[in-house]
Amino acid sequence: MPDSLDAWQLIITGDAALYTIVRLSLAVSLSAVAIAVVVGLPLGAMLALTRFRGRTALIVLLNCFMGLPPVVVGLTVFLLLSRSGPLGVLGILFTPLAMIIAQALLVVPIIAALTRQTVEDLWREYRDELTALNVGPAGRMATLLWDSRFSLITALLAGFGRAAAEVGTVMIVGGNIDGFTRTMTTAIALETSKGNLPLAMGLGLLLIALILVINGAAWAVRAWSEEKAG
Amino acid sequence: MLNRRLFSALAAVALLSFGSVAAIAQDRSIVVASTTSTQDSGLFDYLLPIFKAKTGIDVKVIAQGTGQALDMARRGDADLVFVHAKEQELKFLEEGFGVKRFDVMYNDFVLIGPKRDPAGVKGTTDITAAFDTIRIKKAPFVSRGDKSGTNSAELKLWKESGVDIDMAKGAWYRDIGQGMGAALNTAGAMNAYVLSDRGTWLSFKNRGDLEIVVEGDKRLFNQYGVMLVNPEKFPTVKADLGQSFIDYLVSAEGQKAIANYQIDGQQLFFPNASRDPS
Amino acid sequence: MRDLSSDLPVTFQSVALCAGATKILDRLSLTITPGAPTFIVGPNGSGKTSLLRLCMGLVGPTEGSVSWGGRDAVGPGRLAMLFQRPVMLRRSVAANVTYGLKQAGLPRSLRKARMEEALARVGLLELAARPARRLSGGEQQRVALARALAREPELLLLDEPTANLDPAAARSVEEIVLMAAQSGIKVVMASHDLGQVRRLAGEVMFLVRGRLCERAGAADFFDRPSTPEAAAFIRGDLVI
Repeated sequence: MPDSLDAWQLIITGDAALYTIVRLSLAVSLSAVAIAVVVGLPLGAMLALTRFRGRTALIVLLNCFMGLPPVVVGLTVFLLLSRSGPLGVLGILFTPLAMIIAQALLVVPIIAALTRQTVEDLWREYRDELTALNVGPAGRMATLLWDSRFSLITALLAGFGRAAAEVGTVMIVGGNIDGFTRTMTTAIALETSKGNLPLAMGLGLLLIALILVINGAAWAVRAWSEEKAG
Repeated sequence: MLNRRLFSALAAVALLSFGSVAAIAQDRSIVVASTTSTQDSGLFDYLLPIFKAKTGIDVKVIAQGTGQALDMARRGDADLVFVHAKEQELKFLEEGFGVKRFDVMYNDFVLIGPKRDPAGVKGTTDITAAFDTIRIKKAPFVSRGDKSGTNSAELKLWKESGVDIDMAKGAWYRDIGQGMGAALNTAGAMNAYVLSDRGTWLSFKNRGDLEIVVEGDKRLFNQYGVMLVNPEKFPTVKADLGQSFIDYLVSAEGQKAIANYQIDGQQLFFPNASRDPS
Repeated sequence: MRDLSSDLPVTFQSVALCAGATKILDRLSLTITPGAPTFIVGPNGSGKTSLLRLCMGLVGPTEGSVSWGGRDAVGPGRLAMLFQRPVMLRRSVAANVTYGLKQAGLPRSLRKARMEEALARVGLLELAARPARRLSGGEQQRVALARALAREPELLLLDEPTANLDPAAARSVEEIVLMAAQSGIKVVMASHDLGQVRRLAGEVMFLVRGRLCERAGAADFFDRPSTPEAAAFIRGDLVI
């Protein structure tokens, strides 16, 4: 099987094109998760700690958005960013930035919903103590987020997994442009359509390996810090 | 402590990717809406580095079916279209979305089918007769069904065979709504016939039991054309850079490069540009 | 961190607390003033915990009013409360104590010394770097005490802090509470351990079904209970 040999050769020798693809995949998905952290953690904590009209509806909506179909998100972002769309003047369709935005939209609900659940559970335990210690609203939020950090790592991984594994949005808003917006998943889709199944499979295994490494690293960080903080 | 470090790491990653976006945005680049056949056949992988070395212009190819590619240009999301469905292209010009259309090259369509040939059309040269036989025998047939150039050609051939495919279609006719590669993969998996452009077929790796069963009919001719998207409709179109890519494609040098692209000693595309727009 | 006005006395004026249709506390009028430790005793469900939570301002009364030093709001940092099950933040012992100091507004530069002093007082200085949640129940309760005492409260409320502890751990918590009381902090503690009440209490408030049934000096309460319910309770009979 010369093709599967090719695939392994690409991976082992660190082929430049492959390196670009892997780097872009990681940069896009990690950036999306970073944005989702900045938006999703405070949003989730806010939902856990405050009571207002429509809160339950918002939570149901958020939980539902965890399963948002990537293709629909992709199409929506595409129509927004298209030259004929409302944000067309930005000229960022078919760029990594568009892919980051689309993936962030997929990841924010996951991180916000899981954060809300985690923080709300912990709040039940901490409520009396934090009130007794006179902790204000901002301090409560910060304390609960920090003390949920081990569970939140899992939420981040879930978000990263969704971002790194999905192909629908990045294909639509990125355009799978060689060397520019081609990610691991769109490259796999492309190689599959070329009938180059061994290379597609090789890329697939590499993607799984990368996700495994990141999960392993996160698990190690979690175990290490849990050992330290209890 | 830990969260500060984690945060700065995440911030660095975010900056890195935003930075690379900004850096590339300043580059000289054009977006070409093209077809899966030109990408899947590997032509662009061969041609674009040569063009880039000559002009310094990055060509970003979005590969879709011809219909989708034209729609993308209608929204102003491309600088150039490089497709293969002349009727659709002329309509695009009439609507005022394109400036001029230039022939660039041609190849041909081939009918692909399983080696055991359930419809018994192998080796014939009359494509419409072959289509009619497939319909009568209800042999499995995979259609792209995606308004692509190949799909347009297929529908035209059914019409020329005297078959009203909307009436005749049944379980034997699988309309999959996907690209050329996916159609070939599907045909391979269900021992079906499928119309393909020769370039994609030659570069396709997962052939399994498939082979060419009908080729050479002049109705299988497949012309590719290129058009600049009208900058009067969309001021964001990079007319100068786009025009230089068109100029290159129809130049003697570009035509020679297209002719030189081969897979396993077979030429995939045959240049036939004229400097006059059609 | 302490302003000039005091949160004492804490005054309840015909306070009632309801949860749905159930009256947990009823027509409660009392005053808590500086002095020897006050112990709240009574059968399960008599409202001991609710009384402490009202004192702490964690809940508001359904009827009547609670005031602190004549004001109707709690002053930050001057009240502290220990719960039956200590709540340990997911951080080190030292960080748990400094967290309390930070929330009380103590400048960063002073926190470390104050934290070490507080941990030394409860005998846990050598465990400062350990994760708080890995400690035993008794040690956790002492960390909670250190966290509360480091804030130099005026009033320390304790809700059966030794209920889940073995006798040795309970004894070391008692010693710390006694030390705090001797340093001038007003201690109000709920307990169902009459031996503990005899050892520590200056006065006793006896609750039955949400009502203050009897309030007396500890010696008087045990030697000459003035109500039949209190007498039965001290004998260990069932009081409903």
